[in-house]
Amino acid sequence: MARYHLAQLNVGLVRAPTDSPELADFMAGIEPVNAAADATPGLVWRLQDGDGPGATALRPRGPELMVNMSVWESLETLRDFVYRNGPHLDFMRRRREWFHRMAQQHLVLWWVPAGHIPDLDEALSRLDELRSDGPSARAFTFQDPYPVPAEPTAGRF
Amino acid sequence: MSEISVVAVLDDPVRRRLYEYVAQQPHGVSRNEAAQAVGIQRTLAAFHLDRLAEAGLVSVSFRRPEGRTGPGAGRPAKLYQRGATEHQVSVPPRDYRRAAELLAEVVDVTGAEPQLQRSARSKGAAAGRTARRQAPGEADDELVERELGAQGYQPYRDGASIRLRNCPFHVLADRYPPLICGMNLALLDGLLAGAAATTLEAGLDPRPGDCCVVVRVAAGTSKTN
Repeated sequence: MARYHLAQLNVGLVRAPTDSPELADFMAGIEPVNAAADATPGLVWRLQDGDGPGATALRPRGPELMVNMSVWESLETLRDFVYRNGPHLDFMRRRREWFHRMAQQHLVLWWVPAGHIPDLDEALSRLDELRSDGPSARAFTFQDPYPVPAEPTAGRF
Repeated sequence: MSEISVVAVLDDPVRRRLYEYVAQQPHGVSRNEAAQAVGIQRTLAAFHLDRLAEAGLVSVSFRRPEGRTGPGAGRPAKLYQRGATEHQVSVPPRDYRRAAELLAEVVDVTGAEPQLQRSARSKGAAAGRTARRQAPGEADDELVERELGAQGYQPYRDGASIRLRNCPFHVLADRYPPLICGMNLALLDGLLAGAAATTLEAGLDPRPGDCCVVVRVAAGTSKTN
C-alpha cells in the first residue's frame, strides 16, 4: 500500500442560496456526481455531513463559502476524476453559473500519510498557506504539483 | 526533421490514405490490415508505413499474434498508431496557438465562460444551418457525422452514438479542460440545433484518447425516426 495519499480541498463562493432556482441544477447534481466519485477507483474518502447532500451544508468560513474535500490514492486518480469523468466535467463546465470566480486560489492539494483523514482546520490552513506563500510541497495545485514525499514529513498534520 | 519536412511526408496519395486510416483506428494497425483497408500490396503498405514512422507521424509497437506465446510463436507483429505529437505548418509564419492560449487564460481568470459558451453555440449553429441547407433531406446522423468529419473530429460509430477520435483543440483542452471541453460541447450542441438534428444530442463523456464530447440519440427518440 502507498505510504501517502493525496488530500484535496476546494472552496466556492455560491451565487445564491442552496434552495434557490439559480442553484437547483447544482444541488440536483451533487448526489449523482458523488455517486460517480464513489464508483471511481482511487477515492479513499470524501467529506460528508448530515444536513445537506455531500458537504453542501458545511460552511466553516461564512454562509457563502461552500467546501468540498476528499482523499485520493494518487494525483492521477484525482485528476482523472476531476477532468475526465463525464458528470464531473459537466459540473465543472457550468461552475460559473453557480459560483463566483475567486481572485484567490480556491483549490489546494497536499500529501497525507495513508490512513490519515484530514479535518477542515487542517485543510483550511493548507489553503491559507497556498494563498500566502504560493505552491510548496505542503500546499500545491494541479498546475504546480509536488511529488510524493520521499520520507515521512516531520511536523503537524 | 523540420515541421514542413514532416508534413511533406504526407504528400503522396497512397501514404496519405494509409495515414488517415491508421489515425482513425483506436488500436494499433498491422501492415496487413492497413494494406487491405487501402487496397494495396502488403510490401508497399509496409514501405509507406515505415516512412510515416520515421517522420514520427505514426508510432510503432510490437505485439504477438493472439494466443501464441513462447518459443516458436513467431515474430511479434509490427503495429502502427497515430503519433502523439502534432504538427503545424503555416506559410507565412502565423502563431494562432499562442494567441489562443492567451485568450483562454483570460476567459479562465475573468470567469467569462458563460459568454464563451454562448458564442460557441451560435458559431456551431451557423455551421449546422449551412450543412442542413446543403442537404435538407439527409438523415440527422449521416449529416452530423459528415460535418464532424469535415471539421476534423474523425467521427466513428459506437452503437447508435457518434464518438470523436480527434480533439481539434487538444493542447488547449489539456490545459483548460472545463473551459475548452465546455466550449467544444457548446459548439457541437449548436451544430445539432442549427442542423435541426432533433433526434441527436451532445454530451460530455471523455474516453481515453478520444474527444470529450459524444453525440447520442436524444432521449425519447428512437433510432428509426
